[in-house]
Amino acid sequence: MRRDDAISNKMDWVTVLIYAVMVLLGWINIFAAVYDETAQQNIFDLSLNSGRQLMFIAASGIIILAILIVDMRFYEAAAWLIYGVVIFLLILVPLIGKEVGGNKAWLGIGSFGVQPSEFAKFATALVVAKIVGSVGFKMDRFRNQAILFGIIFLPIALILLQKDFGTALVFTAFLLVFFREGMSPFLLIIGISMAVIAILTLIVDNQWYLHGGIVVLALIIVFFGKRTIKRILTIGVGAVIIIGTIESFDYVINNVLPVRHKKRLEALVNPDFDPMGINWNVTQSKIAIGSGGFSGKGFLKGTQTKFDFVPEQSTDFIFCTIGEEHGWLGSLIVVGLFVTLLLRIIFLAERQKSRFARVYGYSVASIFFFHFAVNIGMTIGLFPVIGIPLPFFSYGGSALWSFTILLFILLKLDAHRSQMLQRL
Amino acid sequence: MNEGRKEIFQVVFVLVGIVFLVKLFFIQLLDDRYAQLADSNSIMKEIEYPSRGLIFDRNSKLLVYNSPEYDLHIVTKEVTNFDSARFCEVFDITQQELKQRFVDLKKLKEYSPYRPTVFIKQLSNYDFAKIQERLDEFSGFYIQPRTTRAYSTSAMANVLGYVSEISKNQLDRDSLKLYRQGDYTGQSGIEARYEAVLRGQRGVRYKLRNVKGIEKGSFKNGDYDTLSVPGKNVMTTIDLELQQYGEYLMDGKVGSVVALEPATGEILSMVSGPSYDPSMLTGKKFSSNFMLISSDTTKPLFTRPLMAMYPPGSIFKIVQSLIGLEEGVLSYDTRLACDRSLVNCHGHPNPTNLHGAIQYSCNPYFHQTFRRIINQNKSPNTFTDSRIGLDNWREYVKRFGLGAPLGVDLPSEKGGQMPTSNLYNRIYGEGRWKFSTIYSLSIGQGEMLVTPLQMANMAAIMANKGYYYTPHLVKAIEDADIDERYRVRHETGIDSAYFSFVQDAMSDAIYGTAQRAIIPGIELCGKTGTAQNPHGHDHSVFMAFAPKDNPKIAIAVYVENAGWGGRSAASIASLMIEQYLNGEIKRKHLEAYVLKGDFLDPVVRATPTPAVQQVVPVDMEE
Repeated sequence: MRRDDAISNKMDWVTVLIYAVMVLLGWINIFAAVYDETAQQNIFDLSLNSGRQLMFIAASGIIILAILIVDMRFYEAAAWLIYGVVIFLLILVPLIGKEVGGNKAWLGIGSFGVQPSEFAKFATALVVAKIVGSVGFKMDRFRNQAILFGIIFLPIALILLQKDFGTALVFTAFLLVFFREGMSPFLLIIGISMAVIAILTLIVDNQWYLHGGIVVLALIIVFFGKRTIKRILTIGVGAVIIIGTIESFDYVINNVLPVRHKKRLEALVNPDFDPMGINWNVTQSKIAIGSGGFSGKGFLKGTQTKFDFVPEQSTDFIFCTIGEEHGWLGSLIVVGLFVTLLLRIIFLAERQKSRFARVYGYSVASIFFFHFAVNIGMTIGLFPVIGIPLPFFSYGGSALWSFTILLFILLKLDAHRSQMLQRL
Repeated sequence: MNEGRKEIFQVVFVLVGIVFLVKLFFIQLLDDRYAQLADSNSIMKEIEYPSRGLIFDRNSKLLVYNSPEYDLHIVTKEVTNFDSARFCEVFDITQQELKQRFVDLKKLKEYSPYRPTVFIKQLSNYDFAKIQERLDEFSGFYIQPRTTRAYSTSAMANVLGYVSEISKNQLDRDSLKLYRQGDYTGQSGIEARYEAVLRGQRGVRYKLRNVKGIEKGSFKNGDYDTLSVPGKNVMTTIDLELQQYGEYLMDGKVGSVVALEPATGEILSMVSGPSYDPSMLTGKKFSSNFMLISSDTTKPLFTRPLMAMYPPGSIFKIVQSLIGLEEGVLSYDTRLACDRSLVNCHGHPNPTNLHGAIQYSCNPYFHQTFRRIINQNKSPNTFTDSRIGLDNWREYVKRFGLGAPLGVDLPSEKGGQMPTSNLYNRIYGEGRWKFSTIYSLSIGQGEMLVTPLQMANMAAIMANKGYYYTPHLVKAIEDADIDERYRVRHETGIDSAYFSFVQDAMSDAIYGTAQRAIIPGIELCGKTGTAQNPHGHDHSVFMAFAPKDNPKIAIAVYVENAGWGGRSAASIASLMIEQYLNGEIKRKHLEAYVLKGDFLDPVVRATPTPAVQQVVPVDMEE
């Protein structure tokens, strides 16, 4: 009894409130997305996504209770065990998994199924936090970095086997965590530069313009600085590397990449490219959101999402329903909720006394951020279409539970942060 | 070591949020393109086509109606197990055509694999019956009924006009956006002139649809929907029986017959020869038949009664008589010598008074009459005097409905030509022409052209003793009035007593120049004419009205290259009058004569073109 009191007193109720609001809004919008005016439907109807989502939400409540009841030391202690189990399940998926919508990502008994890939997120977060949080861990050691990369690479590889590119990509969010914990920003900068160069290669038809531009840029940098041999050499080598990268990108795009993926990339840099084909999703998604105006068409009044113009409207494209029916105001609220949640998680992470809890907190923030940025970015045409859900909003049990577990383990750790200190 | 990295996270999170909101602001608030796209995505405008108004003759006989035809639509996404050989067999097309149709289909701007798109247009009732039960062999194909024009008669194609798909030009000019591509519209005749009345009003229903084009209820509870209003029926002034008889008589001939009801200006019959069967220009065969008809050298699409212009010839002598009488330069008793030194004439009692001059169509008499009209010594200068005289004459002529379109309710009416002093000033220079320059006008030659319709209107003026109503083809419109201008009485301003005098002369003229026109028991007034034709045999012209007391019909007949007016034109006019007034033809021999169509003298026929183009216009009347 005493312990329960303690939990409720120490819980970060702000986060819980945000969580509750998001889940509720998500549930309502899932109903709006699948609502069919001609069939008098009920939000609780179990044949609808909204009805099932309510079941998932109820199940989340049970999961939350379980998380809060379990001793907080369990998460650190059992990190490897959980990771091992999830990896084992991921290995099982290609062998005995069932196929849903072209992806073999499900493990299930009868009609009930889960996606182990979703649970790999918090499992990996726990292990990463445990490793980084271990006594004497130094991020700048190559060996340590190699272990961490191995830890995130294993689920990525297994999920790629399921051809679930989007979920696999989520694990790159851990790079942000590593960066927070001391990894040189070099890797991030290189990654971002590569992306910029790749996009430029796609936009500029003739890569010789790019090469010329880089040479000119290099000469300018050389000219306006100390003209030491070492500096000139460094810049020269850098320029050659960039030119090489461009050439290899060009080669990959034109000769290695399947035409379908090449088209996706082209679609990204050119929004008007093939609007009825490869860009159909984005075009329709933007039409739905764009037609919402300032305050939207009203609850259940959206035409684009309701009449299936937007594909996956209750899962990956749930934001379209919000944008269409609740307009810019609704979007503002949702984006505002996410930014608030992310900042709150950073705040929680930073106040942790143990490095394990802090790293875990940053992992949660990074994963949520990745989902938020990529999902909304994709629906409004700022990002290529990568099928990952919008946390708490998108329909789906596994995803909802995975995000709930991620968040509430952090809240559990946060509630006991002073105990952590005592332990040390 | 990791100082400031927390802040980087915070900044990035907020920044991404701001970027999203700005982008959302752009697409949701600043760019209204998306709202429009959303509407065109999900709101389906369903056009409800009204049925086009029917067209009747003056006795309520149905002339034009609507008959069903069928378009075959395809929903490509639903096509499975397509057996092209079987399809070709059922729809009676070749594999080649089938392939071409698929190619054309994908090129359509509105093409969507989810929505029905026209695949084969205009299947007839017969085709439909044939394919109906086999249609279920082809998934993804649907039949969409629509209507096409159908005709109960093969007559009066030029009057009725035709209906066809709206052209790109017409669409561009349609500033009110009443039409859409693929719509049908009247292209000529009554169909074109009364398009606004006949087409009715399209209804629009806005329906919500999902991505597959499947209906999802009405938009905003149908508040924006409108019902279609069927086109109004139109009753023409045409007497179908008379019209058909006219076309029967004109069969194989080139020319015009226009018959009017003098008291109202209603056109009882308007024959344009050669013509075509209006049902040729309907349905699937439209394009090929249109090519055929429009490339025909005899120009069946050319509405001769309104568009062909001929010199009026001797008929115009009547107008000259009336102007002369009204101007006081002529009296009933004026006797003038038949002086053939200037214009040729034919043997008749000499000298003659006005009555005789009309009766015998004396050329020198009217040469002198016209001189009296033109030169009234209003100016000592003969050139100026001629100009004053011509201007004065032109005023009279205008009141006879000549020199400008009458304003019939059909498109492309021509106005003929009545020379003005300006015209001669342009030709000869101001002050450089006088009566002797323009004297050919005296007998209806020279720079003078009239349409058969104007000539028929002249007959009506004679019948009415001095006034006319603008000839028109529509007698009544369902729930609407006909144009006010067809109720306006136009006066010539010439004393009706003079008309009575001329009527007497015209009545006698029949016995002189057009004995074939005599109908036992009916007093008919008429005047023959021969329109000079520099390109071949002269055109036969006859103008008449009957009966003399309380005239019921006024008529003008032109038969091209048929020589003297007293033969073919007078015969046809007379038969038409007999048909209209008596309802039957007793003079079968005359009918046979007309149908044989052999009007020229053997000698004349032996020389296909006139030997000389006379310098002095000569009226070759009997």
